[in-house]
Amino acid sequence: MKKVYDCEIIKHKEIAPCIFMMEVLSEEIVCSALAGQFVSIYLNKGEMLLPRPISICDIDKDKGTLKLIYGVVGKGTAELAAFKTGEVLKVLGPVGNGFKIEDTIKKHIVIGGGIGTPPLIELVKQLKGKVEVFLGFAKDSILEERFKELGATVYVATEDGSMGIKGNVIDLLEQINPDGDMIYSCGPKGMLRAVDLWGREKGIKTQVSLEERMACGIGACVGCTCKTKKKNEEDWQNRRVCKDGPVFWGEEVVW
Amino acid sequence: MKKVNMKINIAGVELENPVMTASGTFGSGKEYGEYIDLSELGAVVVKGVASTPWKGNPSPRIAETYGGMLNSVGLQNPGIKEFIKEDIPFLKQYDTKIIVNIAGRTVEEYCEVVEALGDTDIDLLELNISCPNVKEGGVCFGTDPFMVEEVTKEVKKVAKQPLIVKLTPNVTDIVPIAKAAVKGGADALSLINTLLGMKIDIHRRKPVLANRMGGFSGPAIKPVAVRMVHQVAEAVDVPIIGMGGIMTGEDAIEFILAGATGVAVGTANFADPTATIKVIEGIENYLLEYGFENIEELRGNLLG
Repeated sequence: MKKVYDCEIIKHKEIAPCIFMMEVLSEEIVCSALAGQFVSIYLNKGEMLLPRPISICDIDKDKGTLKLIYGVVGKGTAELAAFKTGEVLKVLGPVGNGFKIEDTIKKHIVIGGGIGTPPLIELVKQLKGKVEVFLGFAKDSILEERFKELGATVYVATEDGSMGIKGNVIDLLEQINPDGDMIYSCGPKGMLRAVDLWGREKGIKTQVSLEERMACGIGACVGCTCKTKKKNEEDWQNRRVCKDGPVFWGEEVVW
Repeated sequence: MKKVNMKINIAGVELENPVMTASGTFGSGKEYGEYIDLSELGAVVVKGVASTPWKGNPSPRIAETYGGMLNSVGLQNPGIKEFIKEDIPFLKQYDTKIIVNIAGRTVEEYCEVVEALGDTDIDLLELNISCPNVKEGGVCFGTDPFMVEEVTKEVKKVAKQPLIVKLTPNVTDIVPIAKAAVKGGADALSLINTLLGMKIDIHRRKPVLANRMGGFSGPAIKPVAVRMVHQVAEAVDVPIIGMGGIMTGEDAIEFILAGATGVAVGTANFADPTATIKVIEGIENYLLEYGFENIEELRGNLLG
């Protein structure tokens, strides 16, 4: 039987304005977690009922910990940010399907936008071969150094030009014009759509990690659906981001 | 430990205990079956099923609000054929009762689903004339006593299993609606469906839900639900399944004291996948604490 685990918070700090890194202890979740999956955190504290879906950033099998990086975007994540080191959270996971990693692929293009960047860390840890990472932020970049530590080449774009090139991640891709066999991407929907289009023009298969407002987080309520193609744009079906995703092939998504 | 009798009877169907799932919050039990033993539930009330597959409404379909949430899923379902093929055999593995929630846009569509279920091994039907998220059928039937009676009568004619009619709270007075359903032949009533609500994102100046409005559920609506169950219980003689914001055994007890025979847990499942089991335990503990041997003793047992 699956269950909601009690996980102790080992570390919790603000790493950039309104962006928090939380490390939780859970050997049960760690032993089966994959890059691109997420966990649902139950706040069970105040007015918010629904669990918060937070992507898994970094899995440490030796320590039995998960690193989660999240942005404070509303009341729920603000409540989460108030938890202190040593407190225990109720966590369900790992949830969903992660990125598809094939050992035959040697050249990887990894594209992150804003708070969609964290799950790409665990992905890059597991990719073998040449990895180029393209990151787009409004202002402050996060995790750039961590990607470099993992051996990836990192390119950054910021909208205000404070770091890297001035512009968005698509501007960056067009400027660098990388070559690869697979694209992995997580970020805002508009960016993912543009990445999918760019990948199609280049003839590179693209995986996108989608986000949607969720209720149950386990596939029962069908609250978090996205449209995917059966045969074409007109012949589509709803699929659950939590259970069937969050990673989909870009070509199957009806944007 | 002294054992209490939790058995209830809905229109001739005996349930091991009064706790079931609220339609639409639990799918057909597959997902929650990974977290709880479905055999412990009085019944699984499945998500509304229609004569053909429905795609439902666009996303976002979920918005969280103070002490509750809005949904505008819009009865997405795989259609009755797929349901009979996939979901009934799945649920039959468990020792629980199966209640199928019936969705439709027209009387004919409701009847089609009910007829298709005639030869299947399910226990009860729940007629959904109260979904606020679909334009046709659903709540259009549920807000007019004349329509409620007519659709209930037509469905009852073709129903092989006992019929529960699920009522909407989005009416001025729920009592005439409840009476109309009973007059039409309802064997039981379930209430309340969600309250029509809306949330606005003030930064984007747009409704949060793509469908603008949605059904409001969760603990915030419980007092409205308890009040309506009480009103309906005083007015009709059929069993009532009470729901609306039940999070704990204590919440469920309120509904039973208001006159409900059974209770359904909905939004609480999202906040805790084991909520139904905790509600069952909570009811048992209450009965033990107050010296009741049988849950039937508690129903409508308000002092003053």
